[in-house]
Amino acid sequence: MKVELTINRRKGIFEVEPNELLINLLREKIRLTGTKYGCGIGMCGACTVLLDGEPVLACLTLAVDADGGEVETIEGVAREGKLDDLQEAFLEEGAVQCGYCTPGFIMTAKALLNENPSPSEDEIRGYLKGNYCRCTGYVNIIKAVQRAAEKRKRIGKQEI
Amino acid sequence: MNINKVDTHIIPFEFEYHSPESLEETVKLLEKYGSEASILAGGTDLLVNMKKRITEPKHLVNIKKIAELNGIVETPEGVRIGATTKLRSIEKSEMVRERLPVLYEAVRLMGSIQVRNMATIGGNLCNASPAADSAIALLALDAKTDIIGQSGLRSIFLSEFFLGPGKTVLRRGEFLTGLSISSLPEGSGSSFLKVGRTSMDIATINIATFLRLRKGVVENCRIALGAVAPIPLRIFRAEDYLKGKAISKDAVEEAAQIVSEDIKPITDLRATAEYRRDVSKALTRDALTISWERAKGRR
Repeated sequence: MKVELTINRRKGIFEVEPNELLINLLREKIRLTGTKYGCGIGMCGACTVLLDGEPVLACLTLAVDADGGEVETIEGVAREGKLDDLQEAFLEEGAVQCGYCTPGFIMTAKALLNENPSPSEDEIRGYLKGNYCRCTGYVNIIKAVQRAAEKRKRIGKQEI
Repeated sequence: MNINKVDTHIIPFEFEYHSPESLEETVKLLEKYGSEASILAGGTDLLVNMKKRITEPKHLVNIKKIAELNGIVETPEGVRIGATTKLRSIEKSEMVRERLPVLYEAVRLMGSIQVRNMATIGGNLCNASPAADSAIALLALDAKTDIIGQSGLRSIFLSEFFLGPGKTVLRRGEFLTGLSISSLPEGSGSSFLKVGRTSMDIATINIATFLRLRKGVVENCRIALGAVAPIPLRIFRAEDYLKGKAISKDAVEEAAQIVSEDIKPITDLRATAEYRRDVSKALTRDALTISWERAKGRR
């Protein structure tokens, strides 16, 4: 079946099987391997991508079901070779734990800041709940999101 | 589930995909393929079960392209919620927060942001989990389900919708189009409480209660609990006990006792039956007390 998708601001037409998952299309056909496969059952959030601006799980979305949609993956977050504020904040705060969950965290955090530019710590923890993996703490991740939010406020940026 | 025993990277079998754009077309497809067809809404339960081969439909009918199934609209009695409305849309709806606060309280605690962006209210109900948070809140609201099939539309109360785990009254060719819910009336209060291992987890036990008081007397009351029986359960005997009584700590205590007697919990990986029986009593006491406070106009 043919599906039309805009992936990281580029429109394309892809031939997919009905049982093909969005993550399979992204990772195996388009070679966008930044989106990670964690549990495959909707528990870990490592495969989070933005579909029409909302964070969803690419491992539980059929490619055919995303037809006509706009997908943003971690590869689309940096613009013209320049890291996004959130990515920079993750680097500055050392907000990687083992690192596998990081792309998912950044995609969810991006959606959070677009929706709520100055979230409280509780709001950040609540919103990122679906990305918690096997580590504990997530302290630096929370700090990174706060740092990105502050920077965004400082420079008066509306969307990141 | 042992995720090492199954490959959750793929859906390991082929199926035919349908994406009808009208209710009539959907009924025809469901009528034609019967038990070989599954409805795809949010996919957060269905696709997991397909990966695990718990279900292997030959036809998948995606109903999300049918515009009239999606959305929250005002009705003279209250609110109508379309079956494919995402949990996240319900959580964000001002109308739901104002008129059906107990549904808002239940939905905002479900799964993760990602899951709430995908999962639909109709899917959560048709999956017929005895622990479904949305079902418990909707039972306390006495929601009506709107069902369409070859012989047209029918409407039944949600309290008659569930038959057992994964089983509903939906017949071949039928599907849920939405829910009709009356706004909470003046002088009423409601609440939703949930006990779970983590906030992402399915409820170990959950409850929603609704109380309407007139001059301190219970005029109407509904009590619903989840994960305590094969279906999300209304406890009618406790409701009847409270109706017409002056609300008091003793009355609440007696209702909680009846609830703990009338539920039919099992022991499973989340809790033992004894634990659920004990907790049901405490939860009923708490939920009714909160509903009572809210009915008096306080929080």
